[in-house]
Amino acid sequence: MTDWQWLIIDFFQALAAGLLVGGTYGLMCVGLGIIFGVMRVVNFAHGDFMMLGMYVAYYLVTGFGVLVFLGPYVGPVVGAALAGPVVYVVGWLLHKYLISRVTGARVISAEAEGHYAQIILTLGIALVLANGGLILFGSTPLSVQTPLSRESWEIGLIFFNQARTVGFIMAVICAIGLYLFLARTSLGKALRAAADNPIAAAYVGIDVDRSHRIAFGLGVGITAIAGGLFAMSQSFQPYIGFDFVIVMYAGVVLGGMGSILGAFWGGLTIGLVQQISTLVLPYQLQNTAIFAAFLIIIFFRPQGMFGRVWERT
Amino acid sequence: MANTRRALMWQYALIAIFAVVYLAIGSLVRNSYYQLMMTLVLIWATMGLGWNMLSGYSGMISFGHAAFFGLGAYTMTIAFVKFGITPWLGIPLGILVGVVAGVLIGIPTFRLRGHYFALSMLAYPLAMLYVFEWMGYQEVSLPMKRENPIEYMQFTDQRVYMVISMIALVACMIISLHVERSRFGRSLLAIKQNQPAAEAAGINATRWKMLAMMLSAGMAAAAGGLYAIILLVVTPQTVFGALVSAQALIVALFGGVGIFWGPVIGSAILIPLAETLHAELGNILPGIQGVVYGLAIIVIILVAPEGIYWKVRDRVLARRARTKVTSQPRPAEQISIAAGAASLPRPAFGQPILQLDGVSRSFGGLKAVDDVTLSVPEGAIYGIIGPNGAGKTTLFNVLNGFLAADKGSMRFAGTEIGGLKPHEVCACGVGRTFQVVRSFPRMTVLENVVIGAFVGSKNDDEAERLAYEALERVGLADQQALAIAGGLTTKHLRLMELARALAPRPKLLLLDETLAGLGHDELEDILRIIRQVNRENVTIVIIEHTMHAMVKLADHFSVLDHGRLIADGAPADVVRNPAVIEAYLGKKWMDRAKDQIA
Repeated sequence: MTDWQWLIIDFFQALAAGLLVGGTYGLMCVGLGIIFGVMRVVNFAHGDFMMLGMYVAYYLVTGFGVLVFLGPYVGPVVGAALAGPVVYVVGWLLHKYLISRVTGARVISAEAEGHYAQIILTLGIALVLANGGLILFGSTPLSVQTPLSRESWEIGLIFFNQARTVGFIMAVICAIGLYLFLARTSLGKALRAAADNPIAAAYVGIDVDRSHRIAFGLGVGITAIAGGLFAMSQSFQPYIGFDFVIVMYAGVVLGGMGSILGAFWGGLTIGLVQQISTLVLPYQLQNTAIFAAFLIIIFFRPQGMFGRVWERT
Repeated sequence: MANTRRALMWQYALIAIFAVVYLAIGSLVRNSYYQLMMTLVLIWATMGLGWNMLSGYSGMISFGHAAFFGLGAYTMTIAFVKFGITPWLGIPLGILVGVVAGVLIGIPTFRLRGHYFALSMLAYPLAMLYVFEWMGYQEVSLPMKRENPIEYMQFTDQRVYMVISMIALVACMIISLHVERSRFGRSLLAIKQNQPAAEAAGINATRWKMLAMMLSAGMAAAAGGLYAIILLVVTPQTVFGALVSAQALIVALFGGVGIFWGPVIGSAILIPLAETLHAELGNILPGIQGVVYGLAIIVIILVAPEGIYWKVRDRVLARRARTKVTSQPRPAEQISIAAGAASLPRPAFGQPILQLDGVSRSFGGLKAVDDVTLSVPEGAIYGIIGPNGAGKTTLFNVLNGFLAADKGSMRFAGTEIGGLKPHEVCACGVGRTFQVVRSFPRMTVLENVVIGAFVGSKNDDEAERLAYEALERVGLADQQALAIAGGLTTKHLRLMELARALAPRPKLLLLDETLAGLGHDELEDILRIIRQVNRENVTIVIIEHTMHAMVKLADHFSVLDHGRLIADGAPADVVRNPAVIEAYLGKKWMDRAKDQIA
């Protein structure tokens, strides 16, 4: 084959990889998107909840080997799914005892001051989680052991890494499930009402604080599942959260802050940008490409970010 | 003023005492580990001051000061290792690189607000981290110079580094002190509390923020350069890592935001704590430093969100207030200059002072202001009325530069003001107030008005004099001047905003629903004050949607409906105009009204 043909194959290979990684990113972004959409809180610790999800999956599958009986194929997937409820509880508790003190209906109407406290508080939580993770888990990079990550399905000339493909499918299923939950169930509707207008929601008898707590737990839980899936094909260490918080915000902003479906598409796009950038950029700079993409998005798509551009005087 | 000069001298003395005592203690310490720790306290205090310069004063929270810190460190290191340039030059070079980076980062990033600003600031150092790793600077050590170590800033006695770091810190403290006490600092504070109000009051937000960014980046770069000199090894993770940015923010926030002592206090408490824990427990608990910083910041945000300095100060002030009943100081020069104004004759209408010609502005498909042409004679009280959503406030926003007009020209006193920024419009002599009062809630009434006076004054003393004069004109000079704006009633807020707009002695005032939400007596008071201001030769354009108060006040009405000017003329004529009645009441009611008349 000629160079030119190889180039095309490389491109499609990168496209496929981007799509698969992007699906998992999309799910991570959905988790962050729920929290912002419902609570209007910028959660800087979100990457660290993903990190927690990765370690939960790791310990269930490889570390303590609780799920060994499920075999090397099903075990990791179940491990990732179980990371969700575990991190949900962590998020629920953190919201109850810390985050609720700087968020909620009381703060939503306040201007910059409220946001400022939230940003700083979640930064503090991020530091404690990342460095607490270092103490608990050590700094050695780990990954969830599964033969899936070494095997590929070949379609045409393009390889689909099995671990990533399974991760992609699971991510899509979770995202759809979440969408149905929000659209169809009464709890989901209550969450959306609390997001839309917390004061009006409170007047019609919705417990806004409880809605926020559920949204926060759900948001970090969803992202933890994505982290667990991602851990099958990617090594990680406790500081991985800081990189991923940018990846996730890039996706959420791209999809339009507050839109949960948009967050999924945003994450998918970020995955594509990252993988396709490897065609032209050195491997080490693929995260730099995401940061650059993030800055470009944030500068040129302000309508996605501010919701409304025009400020009333 | 003598008082402020004495306060400044006091601060200088305190800084000198702090530096001397600290160095005296440092000179007694023999253990090189403690010497290093004492030096690190100074370096992180410098870094914290850098963060405070931008984020503390202007309120734009940065999570990315590691970018400047890292650039300072790497510039010095690369200059030394690759080109043999001494750190004595390398550190200033690093500061320069930091300042340039600050400008380059500031230009695009200042367009963002709130958490978007914070987030994008986080992206810069992380991007740089990977770039420096990729360029092969994973770990760079500074070479030892055995021949003339002093020329290369290498000393066997660690205490010399402590002195050098102290000099850098004191320089940054003095710069910060002067920023705080000048109109620079007060403008940043105004921007922090309400940027649109600050801009409308004549403050050039972009310029001040950029200046703060440059100083801030320079300080962070200086800290980075010193840090590299002392640790002798630079890695991307230790100078660009997220923990570096976090540490800058945390020492400042813990010690006190927006005050130069804050980062010094925060650093003096947190750095020894974290370093000691790291030294004692680092082997078993490798991330203990980060956990300490994280917990420190969580506790401080819940218990004392402004930091230790302010918490202690509030306690002390509260105790003082309890021990002696403070009488509100009334400045000596304050004499009633407005007493005779009520008897001044109304000025005769002069030439048109404001002329709009075909001004339009749309939002998407909505024409908020549609081809408006009007002319305001000098000395008039000109009412612009119209139902809710008629485009009145948008017209004001276009006039004072918050929004750009799509079409048309606007001339004020003969010069085109279309395309000017809000602070430039204000500097031309156009003041404005807002429909929802935009105050600087944590400043006193006087301070609020002083912000407005900056644009019309050469120095701060003059600004204060103008502010008093304006407060006098609206009748707030007596009791309320030293009250905190956040606790005022609606009427007093409106008067304060009026004074802020009047302070630079504008020729034209744009009043946006100044009469809304007031009781009957309050309304009469404000009407009286507006008339009086007008007699002192200030042309007034006032927006309202209720007519009855306006009929008493205005000489001339223009009626807006759906962005278009539908009527224009003397108030008595305009209120009988069928088109106006229809705009207010709707067509159906209009017919019914006609029936009743018939």
